[in-house]
Amino acid sequence: MDGDTTAVICLRGTSVSPGLARGPLIVVADDTHSASREPGSAEEESARMHAAIAAASVELEALMERAGDDDAQTILAFQVAMLADPVVAEPAFAAIGRGDSAEDGWHAAMRLQISQYHEADDLYFRARASDLRDMRDRVLRKLNGAAATPIAPGSIVVAADLPPSRFLEIAWDGGGVALTHGSPNSHVAMLARARGVPMLIGVEDADLRGHSEAIIDTDNAVLVLSPDDKLAVDFASRQQGAEILRAEAARYLHVAAATANGERVEVLINVADAAELDAFDPACCDGIGLVRTELLLRDANDIASEERQYQLYCRILRWADGRPVTMRTLDAGGDKPIAGYTIGGEANPFLGMRGLRLSLLHPDVFITQLRALARAALQGPLKIMVPMVTSPREFDRARALLDGAVVALRKQDIGCARPELGMMVEVPAAALAIDLFEAEFFSIGSNDLIQYVTASGRDSTPLAPLQDPLQPAVLRLIREVVQRADAQGIPVSLCGDMASDVRCIPALLSVGLRCLSVAPPAVARVKAAIARHRVSEPKA
Amino acid sequence: MTSESTNVGALPRARSCAVLTHEGGLHARPAIKLTQLAKRFESTVWIALAEQGPWTDAKSIARVMAMKTPHMATLYFVAEGEDADAATAALVNLVESDFADDDNGR
Repeated sequence: MDGDTTAVICLRGTSVSPGLARGPLIVVADDTHSASREPGSAEEESARMHAAIAAASVELEALMERAGDDDAQTILAFQVAMLADPVVAEPAFAAIGRGDSAEDGWHAAMRLQISQYHEADDLYFRARASDLRDMRDRVLRKLNGAAATPIAPGSIVVAADLPPSRFLEIAWDGGGVALTHGSPNSHVAMLARARGVPMLIGVEDADLRGHSEAIIDTDNAVLVLSPDDKLAVDFASRQQGAEILRAEAARYLHVAAATANGERVEVLINVADAAELDAFDPACCDGIGLVRTELLLRDANDIASEERQYQLYCRILRWADGRPVTMRTLDAGGDKPIAGYTIGGEANPFLGMRGLRLSLLHPDVFITQLRALARAALQGPLKIMVPMVTSPREFDRARALLDGAVVALRKQDIGCARPELGMMVEVPAAALAIDLFEAEFFSIGSNDLIQYVTASGRDSTPLAPLQDPLQPAVLRLIREVVQRADAQGIPVSLCGDMASDVRCIPALLSVGLRCLSVAPPAVARVKAAIARHRVSEPKA
Repeated sequence: MTSESTNVGALPRARSCAVLTHEGGLHARPAIKLTQLAKRFESTVWIALAEQGPWTDAKSIARVMAMKTPHMATLYFVAEGEDADAATAALVNLVESDFADDDNGR
């Protein structure tokens, strides 16, 4: 360390691109505001506007030359094409003609463009609003003569948000990004994943003054400011270990998973966004073990539209190409509110109206989803899974609604199939009485199961030590569920974060699990961990 | 694809349409290709999501993107000018070829 006495600070965030990075800390502030100035004549302002647009275009074109991959080029090509389109700047020149400054004119013109996107129903088009802000700010910097904050290779960049074109200007070389805002679906998150740059979003706000060095650790989803010697040494050894493991794991990605003594284990993937499938080869997994439909369907419009849902589900089944796909019905509530659907103001939302409880409260919404799922089931082996089941009666009601939806579709001569209906096992009451549920399959949701078994909230940092997934209470309960399900011949899998955590793989195999559903980036390392493990006794 | 040509006014006019099978809809990449192709023709070229319009300038990326065209929408084209027929045929071909990188695409 450089001997300064700044205290270590750990800030939590959400990991959207995995990895470990350490380097000089650079804070990128909004640099588009300039001191207000008197506008020049219309001719002067108009000339400034033309020059700024031209200079921004030149920069973007130079970036495009170096961008290399297709996604990056498209992001930049869109901005170049927009800058070349007279329609975009027209309102700016009109405002300048009325006596406005070039800055005000450009702001107004871009407001007009951006407003067409940020309210769009389609997530893709909504996300273009940030590309346009990026373009707006580049031109504003040209107008006020501000140079972008220079960023040395290998830096840890902290910002509110980072526009894609700024991301592409930076030589990352082992650096990383921590954003206090940001979205996992943003272009910059996509670019970070594609280029292997570690990235956190939603990082807690803090005073960063006085800190000159930082670590990004996406395994623990933290940004560490001014790491001390102990942390730095620990970091170096983990980084080295991660490198070795990554190289080893890559060999397993395309091979069906099996233990060291040849017992086959199914590895499926968890999906939250149809777009993330584009980057993943379906041949690398045994199917999709969990589609989080509450993340796929963003708003009240999606939830109300059977047709929109049907299209989304069909797209996922086409990708899976005959492999099984388990769709979980809306798991809203808890930490995942949906406006107009979830109940606000609950004192303890994790113990309140969420998952199947909400679905049974809004049967019309539930039936819309069940109809879309039954229709999509014609495209491939689709299964339906309901979340947060507590009592067998709740599950029976879900089954009756599904059967009713299928009968109604057939009466209307609408093509459909009756998908298998299974349930998440995440409420201890269900886990302890699993033999009383007439489900066609079970999937253990370890994240919620752990928080309910240990009575400690998932969002609580100080309680994290109580939530060790490998503690006996959790493992005994999982073993109980697996053994009971096996005895009844009902398939059982585990789809929580525990399955993506290689430390947990030996324990999960020993309690008898042979089907795991994991985050797509974890597939290779999970398969490698399975291959290292020898199952001691044949599964009876 | 359907198309027709008429020559009632001073300039030749052509119409055609095609279904957007491109996954996801008319995103930035296909929209850039479409406007670049439209700009190669002398004719004025219009695009719409319905036969009766409203019509949008097919040479403006800002206007074409703002249509926010979803997957499986039908795109209607109208061109007016000496090369109107060639313009609508080329645009339909681009959409139906799923915006393939063939000819001098960019």
